[in-house]
Amino acid sequence: MSVRQDVTKPNKTAKRKFRLRYFPGISPTAFLFFAFLYLPIGILVALSFNENVTVTVWTGFTFDWYGVVLGNPDIVRAAKNSLVIAAAASLAATMVATIAALAMSRARFRGQDGVNAVIALPLIVPEIVTAVATLLFFATLGFQLGHFTVILAHGVFCIPFAYLPIRARLADMDPFLAQAAADLYANEWQTFLRVTLPLLWPGILSGLVLSFIVSLDDFVITFFVSGAGSTTLPVYIYGMVRMGITPEVNAVSSFMILISVIFVTLSFILAKQRR
Amino acid sequence: MRLSLHRRDRINRAVMIGPAVLVIGIFMILPLGLMGYVSVLARGTYGQVLWGEFSGIAYMNILFEHRLDGSFGVNLDYATIFLRSFWLALTTMVIALAVGFPTALYMSLQPERYRNLLIFMVTIPFWTNLLVRNYAWILLLRDTGLVNHGLQWLGLTSEPITLLYTDFSVAVGLTYSFLPFMVLPIYASLEKIDFRLVEAAYDLYASRLQALRRVLLPLALPGIISGSLLVFVPCLGSYVTPALLGGSKSLLIGNLIQLQFGAARNWPFGSALAFVLLAIVLLTMTVYLLRQRRGKGRPA
Repeated sequence: MSVRQDVTKPNKTAKRKFRLRYFPGISPTAFLFFAFLYLPIGILVALSFNENVTVTVWTGFTFDWYGVVLGNPDIVRAAKNSLVIAAAASLAATMVATIAALAMSRARFRGQDGVNAVIALPLIVPEIVTAVATLLFFATLGFQLGHFTVILAHGVFCIPFAYLPIRARLADMDPFLAQAAADLYANEWQTFLRVTLPLLWPGILSGLVLSFIVSLDDFVITFFVSGAGSTTLPVYIYGMVRMGITPEVNAVSSFMILISVIFVTLSFILAKQRR
Repeated sequence: MRLSLHRRDRINRAVMIGPAVLVIGIFMILPLGLMGYVSVLARGTYGQVLWGEFSGIAYMNILFEHRLDGSFGVNLDYATIFLRSFWLALTTMVIALAVGFPTALYMSLQPERYRNLLIFMVTIPFWTNLLVRNYAWILLLRDTGLVNHGLQWLGLTSEPITLLYTDFSVAVGLTYSFLPFMVLPIYASLEKIDFRLVEAAYDLYASRLQALRRVLLPLALPGIISGSLLVFVPCLGSYVTPALLGGSKSLLIGNLIQLQFGAARNWPFGSALAFVLLAIVLLTMTVYLLRQRRGKGRPA
């Protein structure tokens, strides 16, 4: 944690080194910030291994609560729903986003800002507004709330999360590579399959992973548009929390944190891959 | 020949961009339009929406109530909820800025390898389930929670203090939820600063405070503004945090909207509230984007 120490100029008369890259108070604040960010999550995870039912008092280490969670058919079903919905929504969104990003990266055209605004809209509109509007829409059309409505609603907000990393990757790509392929008599398809796609792959995967987590973690929109049979894990956890604090909730919650951490790490590694 | 090629390109483009725009258009923009339509409709006696019967009553209801004797009177209950939401969003933003700026500055002064690790650490909670992160605070703040245990152990209080289900717990939860949104944009703008400018300030006998205030702060301003916006806007429309950590007396706009679609069964009123919230958010974003665009035109 050592702060690098520089000297403006080698001045022998200076009583002590003037630390250039230093401002008083910022290291403690940063330390507090990270403690604040991680302590609550850490305590939650720690308590999920607590043997005691009252949750707060530590009596001993146990994996039992995870066993209880896995033995609860409702939780397992909710988890399965979450996975199916997230997989479907993120795959569809990534496909749609990839194609759109390819077209958007080619040449500038009139209305491009408009398209960008439409794609970014799900990020700007407050979730609660989207949730009630979507509910209203499905109810008016007479759609039965279920897996299908949830996948549709998730697909919408997954699009920008899939689109942004792909678009960023395309922006970083050397446009001359495609031209070089064309010079070597590759047609458009060959250029796409042999040059663009392999280079774009990490971006596509990163978009897929991010939209997958976003769908998996979503609560507000799912809460409104899911039917009785399509309860996802976050919606189920919300129901449990409303009923009371149990060690079981801690275990499921820790499990969700673990999944998120794994996927974020994955997307980070993908994004770091050689450009 | 050249023209037809150009046209083929345009058709190609439309076919490729079409699906993304159509999905968002049909399943987001259309529903938002429908919501706007419902917000100007009347509500029947049983709570049903009276299609085709226009009425401004839903918007009127935000500030006025229909009294039993048939007259209209001012009712500030909903205005209070809007004000509380604004107040909490603003408080959260200020706290987040006070903590976020020094943290971002600290991060930007670290060696590069270490910096990437720190960014990663700021990003993780951002992708971690919001519900779960807010739930963690229930464990900490409730009467038998760790904070009260700690306070009692220290002898600061003999009885547990009510922390949960108050405006305080909501402010803590909101800060916790959206703090990373403040740090990342500020860090992004600080990282780009040529640190020799600060060295130059020191050479010109600036104190640390002066260098901070006259050099770093103005250069980091774009990041500070977008960070503040990224905290303020989601706070204003937050639903999870007040639902979990707020009491029945600390409703925010988000919960009020949800109530109209749940127990209260007043869709036109709920739509009107949601529409007002949407308008506030879109207006804020538009002003921000216009200012940003104008800023780009100026020589740096």
